[in-house]
Amino acid sequence: MTHYSALSLVAKAFSGHRSWSRAWRDPVPKPAYDIVIVGGGGHGLATAYYLAKEHGLRNVAVIEKGWLGGGNTGRNTTIVRSNYMMPGNTMFYERSLRLWEQLSQDLNFNQMVSQRGQFNLCHSPASLDAARRRGNVMRANGIDAELFSREEVMRRLPYLDYSDDARFPIIGSLFQPRAGTVRHDAVAWGYARGADALGVDIIQQCEVTGFILERGAVVGVETSKGPIRAKKVGTAVSGHTGYLAAKVGLRLPLETHVLQAFVTEPLRPMIDSVISYAAAHFYISQSDKGDLVLGGDLDGYNTYAQRGGLPLVEHTFASAKALIPSISRLRLMRQWGGVMDMTMDGSPIICKSPVDGFYINGGWCYGGFKATPASGYCFAWTLAKDEPHPDNAEFTLDRFRNGYQIDEKGMGPTPNAH
Amino acid sequence: MTMQPNRLAVGGRIDRGTTFSIRFNDRDIVAHPGDTLASALLANGVKIVGRSFKYHRPRGVFSAGVEEPNALVQLREGARTEPNSRATTVEAYPGLVARSQSGWPSVDTDLGAIVGAFARFMPAGFYYKTFIGPFRNTRWWMFCEHFIRRAAGTGIAPAAPDPDTYEKVNAFCDVLVVGAGPAGLSAALAAARAGARVILAEQDRDLGGSLLDQTVGDTWLRATVDEVASLPNVRILTRTTTFGAFDGDVYGLVERAWDHVDVPPPHQPRQRYWVVRARSAVMATGAIERPLVFGGNDLPGVMSASALRAYLNRYGVLCGRKIVLFTANDSVYATAGELARAGAAVTIVDMRSDLPEELRSRTAAAKVDVLAGFAVVNTHGGKAVTAVTVAAVSGREGGTKGPVRRIDCDVVGVSGGFTPTLHLWSQRGRKPRFDTDKLAFLPDGSIPTLVCAGACAGADTITDAVSSGFAAGAKAAAAADFVGDAGALAPPKLADDGWQRGAMLISAVRAPDGEIPAKSFFDLQHDVKSTDIELAHREGYVSVEHLKRYTTNGMATDQGKTSNVNALARLAELRGSPIPAVGTTTFRPPYTPVAFGAIVGHEIGRHFRPTRLSPIHGWHAARGAAFIDAGSWSRPRYYPVSPGEDVQAGYIREARHVRAAVGLVDVSPLGKIAVQGPDAAEFLDRVYTNMFSTLKVGRLRYGVMLRDDGFVFDDGTTARLSETEFFMSTTTVNAGKVMARLEFLLQTAWSDLKVQVTSVSDQWATIAVAGPKSRTLLQATCGAADLSAQALPNMAFACAAIDGVPVRIHRMSYSGELAFEVYIPARYGHSAWAELMRVGEPFGVAPYGTEAMGALRIEKGHVAGGELDGRTTLKDLALERFASTKKSFAGCVLRKRPVLEDPTRPSLVGLMTIDKTVSIKAGSLLFPATGDIAGHGDGHVTSTTFSPTLGGHIALGLLARGPARLGETIRCVDFLGGTTVNCVVTAPCFVDPEGVRQNA
Repeated sequence: MTHYSALSLVAKAFSGHRSWSRAWRDPVPKPAYDIVIVGGGGHGLATAYYLAKEHGLRNVAVIEKGWLGGGNTGRNTTIVRSNYMMPGNTMFYERSLRLWEQLSQDLNFNQMVSQRGQFNLCHSPASLDAARRRGNVMRANGIDAELFSREEVMRRLPYLDYSDDARFPIIGSLFQPRAGTVRHDAVAWGYARGADALGVDIIQQCEVTGFILERGAVVGVETSKGPIRAKKVGTAVSGHTGYLAAKVGLRLPLETHVLQAFVTEPLRPMIDSVISYAAAHFYISQSDKGDLVLGGDLDGYNTYAQRGGLPLVEHTFASAKALIPSISRLRLMRQWGGVMDMTMDGSPIICKSPVDGFYINGGWCYGGFKATPASGYCFAWTLAKDEPHPDNAEFTLDRFRNGYQIDEKGMGPTPNAH
Repeated sequence: MTMQPNRLAVGGRIDRGTTFSIRFNDRDIVAHPGDTLASALLANGVKIVGRSFKYHRPRGVFSAGVEEPNALVQLREGARTEPNSRATTVEAYPGLVARSQSGWPSVDTDLGAIVGAFARFMPAGFYYKTFIGPFRNTRWWMFCEHFIRRAAGTGIAPAAPDPDTYEKVNAFCDVLVVGAGPAGLSAALAAARAGARVILAEQDRDLGGSLLDQTVGDTWLRATVDEVASLPNVRILTRTTTFGAFDGDVYGLVERAWDHVDVPPPHQPRQRYWVVRARSAVMATGAIERPLVFGGNDLPGVMSASALRAYLNRYGVLCGRKIVLFTANDSVYATAGELARAGAAVTIVDMRSDLPEELRSRTAAAKVDVLAGFAVVNTHGGKAVTAVTVAAVSGREGGTKGPVRRIDCDVVGVSGGFTPTLHLWSQRGRKPRFDTDKLAFLPDGSIPTLVCAGACAGADTITDAVSSGFAAGAKAAAAADFVGDAGALAPPKLADDGWQRGAMLISAVRAPDGEIPAKSFFDLQHDVKSTDIELAHREGYVSVEHLKRYTTNGMATDQGKTSNVNALARLAELRGSPIPAVGTTTFRPPYTPVAFGAIVGHEIGRHFRPTRLSPIHGWHAARGAAFIDAGSWSRPRYYPVSPGEDVQAGYIREARHVRAAVGLVDVSPLGKIAVQGPDAAEFLDRVYTNMFSTLKVGRLRYGVMLRDDGFVFDDGTTARLSETEFFMSTTTVNAGKVMARLEFLLQTAWSDLKVQVTSVSDQWATIAVAGPKSRTLLQATCGAADLSAQALPNMAFACAAIDGVPVRIHRMSYSGELAFEVYIPARYGHSAWAELMRVGEPFGVAPYGTEAMGALRIEKGHVAGGELDGRTTLKDLALERFASTKKSFAGCVLRKRPVLEDPTRPSLVGLMTIDKTVSIKAGSLLFPATGDIAGHGDGHVTSTTFSPTLGGHIALGLLARGPARLGETIRCVDFLGGTTVNCVVTAPCFVDPEGVRQNA
């Protein structure tokens, strides 16, 4: 693996950049591995990376039906944060943010971790109270959080609508300084390159069509490139977790929904932070290239199609203009959809399944991208040790049976409400 | 005309009789009606219009349409400014002001171009390999990023709210025809003649598509347009882009109704957003000319060959005097003849060596030189092209051999073939197929309700476009069940070379040394070069999606309309695979960028969401109430008695008054649901945790509902009006959710129950009358009814009248005082309130708002939003006594899950500050009196108030093992506010726990 640095870039510039090597190999799958990870997105690749790095397990393959990072890793709005208040979530997401902070160095691949801060705007005394509770839990757990007054928000985000005409007045904001954005494609590529360098086989254009079962246990996968045996199989296939689990006879408490995201034409710097508009479930930031990146709510119907409809476009844009009136003349450049596993409490599942040899990492709802490093870290731990890491101890399937709901929004068992 | 050096004296579709001035980069430019900004700039000899994104290279107008990668301008000024406008689609109007978006000090002399000297250190994705920083835990990247962000971006967002208005239309039609070129016009005609209601949407100002860029075919165009326009079942929308195709045959369109003026006329929208639900549609979206890639192909003066034809024939602009047309297909030959006739010296450089004799003789007659079997290898010139180097084509695709020749020129027109515009098709979730005959991606398979026609379906001549359009129109009409006779349509008579015959597709021209010249650009806006694609391939980014993301090819504002196919041809070459194996990226809406304002329409400011107002709102406003948003409602928070009274003083005064005398609070926003039918009692037994079938007619009962997962959902009081009719009230915030849940249960789980539920929230105004004098007041107001404690005990209701209007009086208390809720038909709510105030004057009646109402309920320990947060159980809220053991109810099974039964769960308690002068913040965490404060604590504070009765600050909270900890001192820690308040744990009810007052 060629080390990436300004020096190597300059050195190779003089030979026309002809001596760069592949970022990751394109291997022919071996007949058997210790562990096969299904899904070459951020979570699957991170899992493979940490299996090799933290647990010395290098006889590992990641199998991807399309191209790396083509699922939700490449479809999200790139926001990272750790403002979670429910036990079970708080420290998991904080682990993730701490891993993000080190990731460019760890992977020797610039992840463009940009800690620009995130505002969660409050519009009523009740929402301010809820924000205070969240912020207090964060601070009590050593996570940065601040509660801003309306005046402070006005000073920092002067372009929001503070007029009497605003439908939902901004009365304050929870703010996490360490939150921000990360270059999403680089996450997949960086983990792929890191895992590959440690010996992991990354196999693209290889679809898992079924599982090899012996005496009720999963001992491998059937793929479009033939059978591949494995001692353990882990899935990290956002949006299709339920579909894959059904192939081993598991019915998971998940629904698949589509969530759209949008970017505008590029602009000179306008929005410096991540802003969440709680009154309308809307969030916006600006990429380094200058595009405004925005997202809203689920379309609300079950689908595997990675495209949504106009009602949510209208909702999202109306939210944008209500929050930032001067956005009106800017133009949408591209919109797309990603499909996500929505769980019954809005929190994920990382656990050993009831089927031996089969491990589940899914149910990420909206929140999968920010979780990528911790998800990989904890899933690798679970796969390697056959027991959860303390940070994913609560992300079990069993919690739906015993009532340990990790419901950040208090919306209850409605998968499209989280 | 001296001011317009490139404007011809005759020809074009502009109005030379009218001349006006526009401003570009502070320079006056002469224009005519019919011009675009780009055509006016070209007519005036403006070469450099912008600078490229990465290397700040000078760029001129490339195209004449929506695919423009270079000529992006900042249009208009002030609040109406808009970035990234394509000069090629901006219609010129008097007073237009536009600026280049980059270049300092000017676009002509840009010091930023120094970046070009470092280009070799900035290959594709260089930022992934650098700026990582030598040490951990530094903000090195963010330091670098600061400068990258400042260097990136293009246009500038407006700083002020948009002064213009927009509107939205929902429309329906049998056949939507997208595009009004020869194919679209023919399709609209066929569908309309068959009887279908047709919407014909064209992005251009005029109908005609490619025919507008030609001099022949006008007779056919006029006749066809006249007939289409004359049909009553056709609606023609010009300046209207169909930007997206969605599932369910829904299309999104934006009509730039008044975008071609500076300020729209009064009451006219700038743009109009159409949501069209079409039974079927014809996609006649044409094709976009593909550039050829060669050294220096980005210099101003290098243009799309079809654009040269459009500027000549539509705008009367001859872009150059010495023109080289570089091609590998037949389409430029007609253009060459027209340019030569207009006075240019034209040389065709055609990569094909065996040209048909007919083409050769035509060019000879037109005095056009042809270099067959040659390719342009490089351009020359600093800020505009002055010459090209050509060499003979040799061997492998795109290869050349020496010797090279130099040809002086001022414009190079390029045509590498055409790319059908498949965006709408692809947006429906279909993958296009690469057709190796037509050398283009074409629609694959069929969508029954979307028929492709004309160039986008592979028709490469106008004759074919007309026939395929006409057939498609008939087919789409038939798909919408219109099978009337459409007759026939003859195509226009014109010489038509098409672009398919003998065409070749090459990714990039190689110099005789075998190399692709360094400055061969694929994506003109993002400065993606062949070396970038090679590097991506070398590093394994070999999927088309990886290529796009790693090199940013196709990610600019033009979304790869001119760059995608060449880049993936180059990738295919590098991979050694055919183009079909490499595939293409997915097209996403919108086809061209769409302004937010258009989609938002009137849902702005106050109208972003509806505001719900109580029937009594007018009274509150007249009284000077301070309002607060509560969900979608605007409610009186308190009624200041003097301008300076703040909310704290106000609510304390109001709450005191209620406890001392009598107050009125408007609780009309409560949800109200009529539950009717023979099984109504049984139904309520199932949805409430407690029993309702035993409730006597004339009585009220408090009820709690659980969600299916056993957590508390909502609470409220329900009255039994008769054996078969109940009147349910819900919390304000859950009114809609409860209604939806009841409907859901009746329609799915218990469809056998004979029950009808009806939301009557808006039918009733509700006034709570509370305080020791409340009975006196009500009795005085509705004299006839007996409201005595014997006749109307707590949790019973009586019928009465206020001013002759029948009302229902529920005796129940939220405040803990003797209290009533009066239900009045909504339209009489205001007058009833006024009457209560009038009658109550001698008793000292006063209105109170939500803040005092909250204070009173906290004193009384009633749960509300802070406690009903969707994560609490009956036990948590001390409501376990409402769980019937005699029946089952929704949620009764899952509420028994072990974690929900855990005795250590945080449960409802009261909290009283030890120091009465200090307040507690809701959202503070609870910790024992000693020990570390870390983790999630023992619980949190849910609601707080100053208690006027106790004269100190109190709160409700959820505390682990709470009921067992009464009397314990605990710490309420607000980390964010930096405060720790010591409190005593109490029972949740602070005032009159025996209920003496409310039962008086």
